[in-house]
Amino acid sequence: MADPEIKSYEPHHESHSAAVTESRPARAALMLLAFAFLGIFLLLPLIVVFKEAFAKGVGTYLQSLADADTRSAIRLTLLVAAISVPLNIIFGISAAWAIAKFEFKGKAFLITLIDLPFSVSPVISGLVYVLLFGAQGLLGAWLKANGIVILFAVPGIVLATVFVTFPFVARELIPLMQEQGTGDEEAALSLGANGWQTFWYVTLPNVKWGLLYGVLLCNARAMGEFGAVSVVSGHIRGLTNTMPLHVEILYNEYNAVGAFAVASLLAGLALVTLVLKTLLEMRYGAEIAAARGH
Amino acid sequence: MKRFLLGLASAAVLAVASSQAWSADKLLNASYDVGRELFVEVNKAFLAKHPGVSIDQSHAGTSAQARAIAEGLGADVVTFNQVTDVDFLVKKGLVSADWQKDFPDNASPFYSLPSFLVRAGNPKHIKDWNDLVRDDVQVIFPNPKTSGNARYTYLAATAYAKQAFNNDDAKVKEFITKLFNNVPIFDTGGRAATTTFVQREIGDVLITFESETRGIRKEYGDDKFEQVTPSVSLLAEFPVAIVDKVAEEHGTRELAKTYLDFLYTPEGQDILARNGNRVRDAAVADKYKADFPEVKLLTVEDVFGGWDKVQKEHFAAGGLLDQTYGSR
Repeated sequence: MADPEIKSYEPHHESHSAAVTESRPARAALMLLAFAFLGIFLLLPLIVVFKEAFAKGVGTYLQSLADADTRSAIRLTLLVAAISVPLNIIFGISAAWAIAKFEFKGKAFLITLIDLPFSVSPVISGLVYVLLFGAQGLLGAWLKANGIVILFAVPGIVLATVFVTFPFVARELIPLMQEQGTGDEEAALSLGANGWQTFWYVTLPNVKWGLLYGVLLCNARAMGEFGAVSVVSGHIRGLTNTMPLHVEILYNEYNAVGAFAVASLLAGLALVTLVLKTLLEMRYGAEIAAARGH
Repeated sequence: MKRFLLGLASAAVLAVASSQAWSADKLLNASYDVGRELFVEVNKAFLAKHPGVSIDQSHAGTSAQARAIAEGLGADVVTFNQVTDVDFLVKKGLVSADWQKDFPDNASPFYSLPSFLVRAGNPKHIKDWNDLVRDDVQVIFPNPKTSGNARYTYLAATAYAKQAFNNDDAKVKEFITKLFNNVPIFDTGGRAATTTFVQREIGDVLITFESETRGIRKEYGDDKFEQVTPSVSLLAEFPVAIVDKVAEEHGTRELAKTYLDFLYTPEGQDILARNGNRVRDAAVADKYKADFPEVKLLTVEDVFGGWDKVQKEHFAAGGLLDQTYGSR
C-alpha cells in the first residue's frame, strides 16, 4: 500500500535533490521504510478502528454511542480533561516561570521531578495514589474520619490524570522561557508595569504558541490515559468509567462494535488535535517556529 | 482569568460533592468482568419491584475488585466468580467469616463449569477431557498462573484424571503435563484466550466457563462454533456476599440482603438461566434443561478438600501446578 504514495512523492523530491547526497535507490528505500512503517503501525490500526466501529452499520454505531453508560463515560472524560488541563496550565506556567526566570538551589532537582511522570509507568502512578489515599494507605484513616472521598471517585481520577499529564505544559515552556531570558520582563518592569501586567502583556504573548502546543498534548493525554486511571477508578458504571476504561470493558463483554465506537471517538479527538495543530502551524508557522526556538 | 478560576473551583467542588452521594436506598454491587448484561437485567427486574431504590454496578476482575474494596471502594454487596476473592475480604475484616451460611447453597445462587467450545462440525471429534491430550489436538485456555478461569480448567482436568486413573498421582501428573504441552499459547486472561481462538483461529478447542461460551457464540456467530460439554467437570461457584463493614456504614444491610435474596427467587433464577448460568431452583432448571447438557459435576470440596488445600498443594510456589506447568 505504500508504493503509490512513494511514486507520487518522487517528482516533488527530485526538485530538491541538489542538497541531498544519498543515491536515489537509498532515498527510495528509506522512504519506503518510513511509509511502510507508518502505514502498518499507525494508519492501518486507525482504519481498523473505524471499520470495526461501523461493522454492523451506522445505526448500531449511533445506538452504542447513545447508551447511557457510554454517554456518562464521555461526560466524565470531558470533565476530567476540563479540570486537569487548566490545573496543568497553572502548574506548568508557574513551574516554567520559576525555573526559567529565577536562580535558586535545587533547580535541577525540580526539573528532574517534573520529568518524573514521563519515566514512571502510569500503573505505578495510580498505585501510588492508592497507597496514599486508600483505606489502608497513609492518609486513608484521616480522609475517612473527615468524610473526604478521593479514591474510586472523580477526585482520584483527576489527581491521577494531573499526575501523568504534568510534564506536557511545563516541558514545552521551560526551554522557551529560558531562551527568552528575563530581558523583556525587566524592560516592562522598569517602564512601570506591575508583576501581573508584565506576565499578562509580556511573558504570556511570548510563549503563547508553546503553551498552546503543550495544552494540546496535555489534553490528548488527559483524555486517553488508561493505566493510572484504571487503578484509581473503581470501574463503577455511569459514575467512574472514563472513555478508555469503557472501551476495554465493552471489548471484554464481547461488544466489539460498542468498544470500537467509543474508540473511534477517542481516535476522532486525536485527529481533531492533529488537525488543529497542523492548522496552527500552517497559519502561524513562522511565529511558532520562532517562538519554539527552531 | 477570575471567572476562569471561579469555574475551575466550582468544577472541583462539584466533583468532590458528586462522589459522596451514597444513601440507605442505594447499593453498589462490585461484580466480575463479563457480568454486565446479566446484572443490567437483574437490576431492572429488581428495581421494578423496589421503586425509589438505585443500584450502581462495578465490573472488573474479582481479585482486583476485592483489592479495591479493601482500599475503600464502597461496595455494599459483591457478586464474584471466585470464592477465594471473597475470602480475601474476610481476611481484611470486611466480610464475616461465615458468609457462606448467610445465603442458601453456599451463598452461590448460580454456578457454571469449565466447558469446551469447538469449531463448527467438531472436525477433531472432541468429546471429553481425554481427547485434549491427543497429539493432533491443540487446546486453548489462559495461563493458570494468572487467570482464575484457567485455574478452574486445571482443576477440572485434574479431577477428571484422578477419576480416570483411580487417583494414581503419577498418571494424573502425566496427563496434566500432556494437556499443558498441547497448549500453543498461554494468554494472561480469558478474554485474550478467546481472541486467540476466535480471531487468530489458533487451536481446536477453547476451554472456558460454560456461561462464557454463550456470549462468544452470540458475538462471533452461532454457526461458527459448537459447545461440547465433557462427561465430568468442576462446579464453579459464583459467590455472593454482603460487605458487612460497608453496608453498616451506609445503612444498607436490609436492602443488600433483599437484593441478594432476589437472585434466589424464581424470577431472579429465570434471568440467571436465560443468561447462560446453571441455577439452583429445580423448576427453573427444568425449564431451561435443553440449554444445559447433563454433566457429572464434582466440587472442589469433594475432590480436593477445599480451597485452602488447593491453594497449598496446587497453586503455591513449587506446588503441583508448577511441577506440571513448569515441565513443559
